[in-house]
Amino acid sequence: MSASELAERVRRGETSATDVLEQYLAAIDECDSELHSFLTVLGDSARSEAREIDRRLSAGEDPGPLAGVPVAVKDNLCTRGMSTTCGSHILEGWLPPYDATVVERLRAAGAVVVGKTNLDEFAMGSSTENSAYGPTHNPHDPRRVPGGSSGGSAAAVAAGLVPLALGSDTGGSIRQPAAFCGVVGLKPTYGMVSRYGLVAFASSLDQVGPLARTVADAAILFDVIGGHDPRDSTSLERPNPLALTRLEEGVDGMRVGVVAELLDGADASVVGRVHETAEVLAAAGASVEECSVPEVSYALPAYYLLAPAEASSNLARYDGVRYGLRVNAPSAESMNGATRAAGFGSEVKRRIMLGTYALSAGYYDAYYGQAQKVRTLIIRAFARVYERVDVLLGATTPTTAFELGSKVDDPLSMYLSDVCTVPTNLAGHPAISVPFGVDDLGLPVGVQLLAPALGEMSMFQAAAVIESAAPAAVLPQICATTIGGSRTSARGER
Amino acid sequence: MTEPVAARPERLTREDAAYVARLARVDLTEEELDLYAGQLAAVLDHAAQVAAIATSGVEPTAHTLPLRNVLRDDVVRPSLERDEVLAQAPRAEDGRFWVPRILGEAP
Repeated sequence: MSASELAERVRRGETSATDVLEQYLAAIDECDSELHSFLTVLGDSARSEAREIDRRLSAGEDPGPLAGVPVAVKDNLCTRGMSTTCGSHILEGWLPPYDATVVERLRAAGAVVVGKTNLDEFAMGSSTENSAYGPTHNPHDPRRVPGGSSGGSAAAVAAGLVPLALGSDTGGSIRQPAAFCGVVGLKPTYGMVSRYGLVAFASSLDQVGPLARTVADAAILFDVIGGHDPRDSTSLERPNPLALTRLEEGVDGMRVGVVAELLDGADASVVGRVHETAEVLAAAGASVEECSVPEVSYALPAYYLLAPAEASSNLARYDGVRYGLRVNAPSAESMNGATRAAGFGSEVKRRIMLGTYALSAGYYDAYYGQAQKVRTLIIRAFARVYERVDVLLGATTPTTAFELGSKVDDPLSMYLSDVCTVPTNLAGHPAISVPFGVDDLGLPVGVQLLAPALGEMSMFQAAAVIESAAPAAVLPQICATTIGGSRTSARGER
Repeated sequence: MTEPVAARPERLTREDAAYVARLARVDLTEEELDLYAGQLAAVLDHAAQVAAIATSGVEPTAHTLPLRNVLRDDVVRPSLERDEVLAQAPRAEDGRFWVPRILGEAP
């Protein structure tokens, strides 16, 4: 059952928010010891939120489009009075004094915040192995990573432990784990979703977005969390997108470009699925052409200068003064250095070092300044290609889910797994990963649709067409047999 | 696209890594310095590809949105609860954050 159908049943009184929540909490209890997708399960507060939904329904009120739908939230989104660790020891035990705007909007739409999901520390990583609290496993093969950094959210949705989850995407952190886990993941246009209460990694790139089992569910969640927020000065002054309303309009006459650079070096099975997807769109009336955007290949090296540079500045706030860990030392400076040494994990230290170096005197122009100019070239290249096409199509990731431990000691090889996703972030554009079939090992493959800024609608319409023609979804190994009635039927309908 | 416009910096050394760690206020062990110096040099070799791209006359992009100042009326409105904020500090005293001495050398 989809999230919208679940909400509809709760609104009609065919089930209660409390009953729905208990079913999902039981599934989490049963399966998550193996999966480790949650860092915190908010049993008590979720039960009280569900009871409030039920009370409002019995009083004749409408709690909203997500009435009684349990939603998991990545643990870099602030939840007032509830642990928000960012997967880091430096924020262990921190209780934020405010809610992220997206969390407020979830509750305002009737959703029940059921828990906080695992992530690479401060969202820096592509496998969720950089979490200070241990890795998450891929529900399709527990020896493999779920992707990252929103690996907990992707794994929880794929295993049916929640119908919906929020992630954040700085260089692919929603789309790459969505592809690895066989779910839908959206990175919205920069500025469409408020970043207020999203713990900052790279502020010019970060964007919150939905992970869901269907395109329609991703659209509903996008509609709920999107829209202007005066508390985020980079938030666009536009009304809520309402992507759901035109989801079924199809792709007749839509112009689609298959990007050669987003297939370069990808596994043959991934390339094969993308070409099948292109045929699906063509058969549905889209005009499909091959195209080349050579500047896309500049994106990865530019990203791995710009994102660490912004991170090194953003993470300066973890100094042992106002919140989080402090390691006592006689002077403030020695306290800062000791606190950050003890509180940050390896990848965060590496990125802070990389960013500090890229911004330091003598190297600024060659690294940071040059990367910013390259960013301009990438934006111009996209602008040129979008004169001819409405959406672009490519792989989300060059490979399917890799094995735990296979890249964690080689940072550069881990970074290369983001090669298809980072161009979008540098341009501030939207992109979505949609599951489409499997590779030779039976692991999920994700195809990626890209659109110009504010082009979510065409992207969603193409995604819906792809989804409707996708091979039957594969069942996850973890939880597949223990999923209760509502979640089993969710799979059956795909 | 081969005209180099920015000199490609020299390879990062262990001494560079130690200097950067000090700038970033992260105390690193000798083992960490050895490890990170090598790993960062490899990443920077990859990232230095950007140095080979012709960018003369190209404006840098710091941000993808046409950013402008966002103003609001200067009216008093609630801010975060002070006690709730201070309760999260490693140490607070008299309604303030408590830190070790900042000026001069500690005894």
